[in-house]
Amino acid sequence: MIHRPVSDGELHAFVDGELEAVRRADVEAWLADNPEAAARVTFYRQLNEALHRRYDHVLSEPVPPAMLHPSRRRLPATMGRAALAASLLVASFVGGWFANQALRAPQIVERVVQVPVPMTAQAAMAHAIYAAEVRHPVEVGADEEAHLMRWLSNRMGREVKAPHLQTLGYRLMGGRLLPAADGGAACQFMYENASGTRVTLFIRNADADQKETAFHFKVESNGVSVFYWIDRHFGYALSANLPREELLRLARAIYDQLSL
Amino acid sequence: MTRVPPEHPIIAQIPHLRRYARALIGDRVLADDLVQDCLERAWSRFHLWREGSNLRTWLFTIMHNLHANAVRNATRRPATVPVDAPGVIAPTRPAQEDGLEVASIDAALTQLPPDQRQVILLVGLEGMSYQEAAASLGVPIGTVMSRLHRGRERLRQLLAAAGSPTLRRVK
Repeated sequence: MIHRPVSDGELHAFVDGELEAVRRADVEAWLADNPEAAARVTFYRQLNEALHRRYDHVLSEPVPPAMLHPSRRRLPATMGRAALAASLLVASFVGGWFANQALRAPQIVERVVQVPVPMTAQAAMAHAIYAAEVRHPVEVGADEEAHLMRWLSNRMGREVKAPHLQTLGYRLMGGRLLPAADGGAACQFMYENASGTRVTLFIRNADADQKETAFHFKVESNGVSVFYWIDRHFGYALSANLPREELLRLARAIYDQLSL
Repeated sequence: MTRVPPEHPIIAQIPHLRRYARALIGDRVLADDLVQDCLERAWSRFHLWREGSNLRTWLFTIMHNLHANAVRNATRRPATVPVDAPGVIAPTRPAQEDGLEVASIDAALTQLPPDQRQVILLVGLEGMSYQEAAASLGVPIGTVMSRLHRGRERLRQLLAAAGSPTLRRVK
């Protein structure tokens, strides 16, 4: 049988599953007649297997908690370790509580960035869950608006207002209390237009050092579009299955009303 | 405390970032430091990630950039001695009688230039396609393939030169 010569690149592609099926048969046939190349292929395969044997155990190691805290930054690596080593040394003399503090100390040095991700993800999830509700879309209805605002303001620790969007065709249905990602309280107001399209406004407390932001737009993984921004004490996320332009129109109206 | 919600898509990638970093750097502490730095950057820039694009290559790109910086800086900074360094020095896996001896793999890998080590690990360990490896390194596919070939061939020579008995020697 005569085959097109097999290149080095094709041998790797063969091993790595990057070769198209048609050509794979060619390579197999060619390898049968070329023991030297076959030995190389065997080596490449063994190499990949050895890498897995050597390093796969890392996959099952528990993830260090620091990796899950985006807003906490440690000292630069080398400095951090020196500080940690020093603090461990001290801590071994002074015991429990101090050890705890000393261990924490190098970790909480500066807050770099506020991550809006959890807010949009949470807002989009809450939107998907509650906007789909037929019988219980809200916890407290707009007919009890005064009570709703008092209750949520109490839980949020600061006065919360639900913007009015009737002029844009959306009426307030009511709201609900939600857990915020940081363990505090958040809330959600729901609006509906004449054709039954629902929009939710998710509000949570902004961190003290959080700066005001412009509008950001994001389509979350569940397909819900979210505009989010931070204004004074609160972070806002407006969610809906709406085109960007229409959602932006609503976001602007809300921003204008709430910043009065 | 701001803790990332468990369903965040980045979280599923953390074990892979750690495995790759461990294999790339060898030292456990330094590898986790690299991952930590990578994640901090990723969390703060997540809004820049385009929905629908490949999250894994995005994360690995961040890690490669940080690693390149670290490698550059390391040449200017005195070497640091890690507190516990199980990685390269002491093999932690039992010796294998079949296939390649894992401790030898460690030692041989460290003799490769980083750019060859990267593609060997991205493709062979992380199972990336050549396209993904190219994207995460910011190089053309042809470059990935040539590095892969040179790297694997170099490893083959290194391990063959050591000879079969040496191959299984416990270091």
